[in-house]
Amino acid sequence: MTTADVLSPNTGGTTMPVKPPKRRIPGWLKGAIWGLLAVGVLAIASYATGVNTLTSTNTAHTALRLALPILLCALGGLWAERAGVINIGLEGMMILGTWGAAWGAYHGGVWAGLISAVVFGALGGLLHAVATVTFNVNHIVSGVAINLLGLGVAKYLANLVFTPLSGNPRQSPPVPKFDTYSATFLSDWLSDLEKMQRVFISDLAGILNGLITEVAPLTMIAIALVPISYFVLWRTRFGLRLRSCGENPVAAESLGVNVYLHKYVAMIISGGLAGMGGASLVLLAGGADYLENQTNNRGYIGLAAMIFGNWRPGGLLGGAALFGYADGLQLAGGGTAVLALLYGAVILLAVIVAVQLFRRQWIAAALGVVGAGALYAIYWTNDDLPSDLIPYTAHFVTLIVLAVASQRLRPPKADGALYRRGED
Amino acid sequence: MSSWRTRLLPPLLAIVFAVILTAIALIISGADPLQAYGTMIGQLFKGSTAVDTVNLATVYYLSGLAVAIGFQMNLFNIGVEGQYRFAAIVTAIIGGALRLPPVIHVIAILIVAVASGMLYAAIPAVLKVTRGVSEVISTIMLNAIVGGIVAFLVNADQFGVQTGNNIATREIAETGRIPGIPIGSGELFGFVVIAALIGGAYWFMLNRTRFGFELKASGESTTAAAAGGVNAKKMTLIAMLLSGGVAGLVAMPELLSRDFSYGITSTQMYGFTGIAVALLGRNHPAGIALGALLWAFLDRSAVSLEQINVSKEIAVIMQGVIVLSVVIAYEIVRRADLAAEQRRVGRALAGKGSSVSEGGAV
Repeated sequence: MTTADVLSPNTGGTTMPVKPPKRRIPGWLKGAIWGLLAVGVLAIASYATGVNTLTSTNTAHTALRLALPILLCALGGLWAERAGVINIGLEGMMILGTWGAAWGAYHGGVWAGLISAVVFGALGGLLHAVATVTFNVNHIVSGVAINLLGLGVAKYLANLVFTPLSGNPRQSPPVPKFDTYSATFLSDWLSDLEKMQRVFISDLAGILNGLITEVAPLTMIAIALVPISYFVLWRTRFGLRLRSCGENPVAAESLGVNVYLHKYVAMIISGGLAGMGGASLVLLAGGADYLENQTNNRGYIGLAAMIFGNWRPGGLLGGAALFGYADGLQLAGGGTAVLALLYGAVILLAVIVAVQLFRRQWIAAALGVVGAGALYAIYWTNDDLPSDLIPYTAHFVTLIVLAVASQRLRPPKADGALYRRGED
Repeated sequence: MSSWRTRLLPPLLAIVFAVILTAIALIISGADPLQAYGTMIGQLFKGSTAVDTVNLATVYYLSGLAVAIGFQMNLFNIGVEGQYRFAAIVTAIIGGALRLPPVIHVIAILIVAVASGMLYAAIPAVLKVTRGVSEVISTIMLNAIVGGIVAFLVNADQFGVQTGNNIATREIAETGRIPGIPIGSGELFGFVVIAALIGGAYWFMLNRTRFGFELKASGESTTAAAAGGVNAKKMTLIAMLLSGGVAGLVAMPELLSRDFSYGITSTQMYGFTGIAVALLGRNHPAGIALGALLWAFLDRSAVSLEQINVSKEIAVIMQGVIVLSVVIAYEIVRRADLAAEQRRVGRALAGKGSSVSEGGAV
């Protein structure tokens, strides 16, 4: 084809344009580097401490299952906050989603459950939009009210609908779960690799194996939603307009963007994603059926993952993976595994200190050394951590990560701002 | 300003709206709303329910005040939940170990409560001021973590005492307790008086001191306050600590007048209720008191619904609807007032354009 040559005249060797002096690393490569670094740190920690659970197939599998609701909530938060609405009501919408999923799945199978969960979550999102966009209620106030309401409505409906079926107002009858699929050929090879106990390779194999065995369609959908969200929000006209509502609604309005409509659509999508997050608690094999209080603050953790990810799809994927991993690890390995994770954190801090020294950031390096020393002291003096505190590993990780990482964050400019058409 | 209308109408509207909405929900589920409401109100006059309601309202009131202090500074202290439970467990342990003469013991316990509430609030405050971590996220994490801390400290290996099936901290001695006021078949918490005093102090601080003015100013606009010489970071820190200090007292009425010890099974969720109560009362001490009473009434009376086979969760729905509709109602009334004001000004200007001086209403 000749058109290709016409369209790309610069391909001919010597006429390359001058590159900008410092080229930014593309996002996906950055993510891959961070991922490999994380696996490397875990591999060293697992080798040094002898705790294989750090990178076992089981841990990775559990982590993936636990990361899903957080990931979906974080995506929901992304859609809302990119349109300028703070959505702290994710938790309530998620609770509505869990009930919807159980109800739909009980009556019409898993897919009906998924759809009903999305619809219930979206209803919560719609309510949040009515309160915040139309009535200009403070976003956080409305979110808290929706959390209350979501809990109340789900409990009430569960009492009404599930009690005759299961005899227990706090629980639904057993519901069908998604079928799972494994890449059998690949996973056999990977488990062979894992059994060889070679540093790094076996660890990587273990984690990958956990990610490709017994994957449910919902898992695939959830993970696919990350690039889809990126594409829609950053590569389409609709996404640009939606984000402009979150950055500067007055300017968007002056350019003819219907700000109210975009915020409503964003909130409905946000609620639907949170509802899907609820569904991922109910409809995945290994998870419970509808159970009162099963969301256990995951909506909030999702919001934290999104903030950690700097309001970007790739970043929030990393955040969700981190929190899911912390949760999966404590569930699969208990106190010893968490201690080994501390060892990994010490290694990571050592790397960070080296980087900071290289950059001549003396104070940051000193703080890093102190932190690493403290963590190592905890690791050295304890054989096991208090079992009462272990379930909160993910929360501790969230707090520490936010404290360390939240410095170069840039939220959408008009995030949480009250906006009325025609007013400045 | 038609202040009575802007202040009282919205909550009344919200309650009416909530009653109507829950009535619809009740009818759908096949219950008689009138019978349900009648049962709830009737419950109030049975046994010690009225006194229990006031007692519970005292707890909610303190929690609401703690949240309201943060609200004044535009700080969203969701962490009252964590702060009060942390303070409760620490105070129960220290109060149970102390051996002091009667009044001094109580004072020491209260000081410990305030200090430990402040300590737990200091974490999100410092994180926000130095690292810019959203207090909403950090307090939510700390709320969850406090469950682990309570479980850890109450454990028999640490400070817990096993009595039968229940495990809790050592009981606080007679000297550290606050006597109740017997009314009818119930006993009113003596802490009601202290709660009222704190409410008064809150009102005085906000409206009659320079600090309160600066707090409100930096809540309204950080930049404007900074231009007036108010250090927003300092105000954030102080507001959060004050909020945490009051939050530390939330568990004290029950701890010092009813339970005397704190365990895993002890009541929780008071902190979240405080948010709703503060919203309902518009951060005004008297409004918060009314909101707390309403909330406590709904909680205490809902139990009676089980007798007529109505799910008591209907009360939770009612509470959620009230919170959401009360904020919406405030907005609607504010807009209506604004529109009325504009019409009034418009009429005055259009009618007698020549004599603005006579139309003093402008």
